[in-house]
Amino acid sequence: MASAQATENLTVSKEDDLVLVRNRARFHARQIGLGLVDETKFVTAVSELARNMLTYAGAGQALIEQLTNGDLKGVKITFEDHGPGIADLNLALTDGYSTTKSLGLGLPGARRLVDDFQIRSSLGEGTLISIITWKR
Amino acid sequence: MASERIPILKMGEFLLVTIQGEMHDSLATRLQTELLEKVANSDARGVLLDISGLDMVDSFMGRMLSTIASMTRIMDANTVVVGMQPAVAITIVEMGLSLPGILTAMDVERGIELLKNKNRGRLSEHG
Repeated sequence: MASAQATENLTVSKEDDLVLVRNRARFHARQIGLGLVDETKFVTAVSELARNMLTYAGAGQALIEQLTNGDLKGVKITFEDHGPGIADLNLALTDGYSTTKSLGLGLPGARRLVDDFQIRSSLGEGTLISIITWKR
Repeated sequence: MASERIPILKMGEFLLVTIQGEMHDSLATRLQTELLEKVANSDARGVLLDISGLDMVDSFMGRMLSTIASMTRIMDANTVVVGMQPAVAITIVEMGLSLPGILTAMDVERGIELLKNKNRGRLSEHG
């Protein structure tokens, strides 16, 4: 089982928090020794998901964890909000689908940038998304 | 935060914008407006957007770059994005972000060359 070594919990409730979450995600990605390309992909995915949460739920929490699984090291971030939830997850994960005027790349784009992508959502209760990138 | 500005420099017939550090969403939006005003109020024939200082371009910023490019084109000036970091380019492609209408060059010098060629082509089309 993967165990969490270092964790950090952040609140995302305004635009400036996006910068903070990106910076902290980058810090933890560097700490586990991710290469620059994987670091950039992870931070970009974090930016998409954090902005999504801000746009659709208004606010939420971001939990960053450094993972160890045997010799493997990874960085994980979990976004949890108590917003309206996502009615159709398959649709939300489709390229170009958006209920706002965005490009509709947030979820599908972020999913393509990381090793592991988990999403749970229930209408009226909120959404939980976690992503992991392992050090190669 | 609100006082933060991105300087827009006039370089001959072109405008040079160097984006560095953290790109807040509001800063991105303000840059769009200020840049278009500057294009309108000067005789700029092209815009160079230097993003070598950006360590990440997400879909929001990508859309902003595309919007700037299409808007300046309507105003008769091409936009070239220069200096994109390799890791940023790889990420953009892998996430599936397309940057419609954006011209790119390795650095400012090559960006200027590209704009000059574009403008020459345009003159001969009209010629």
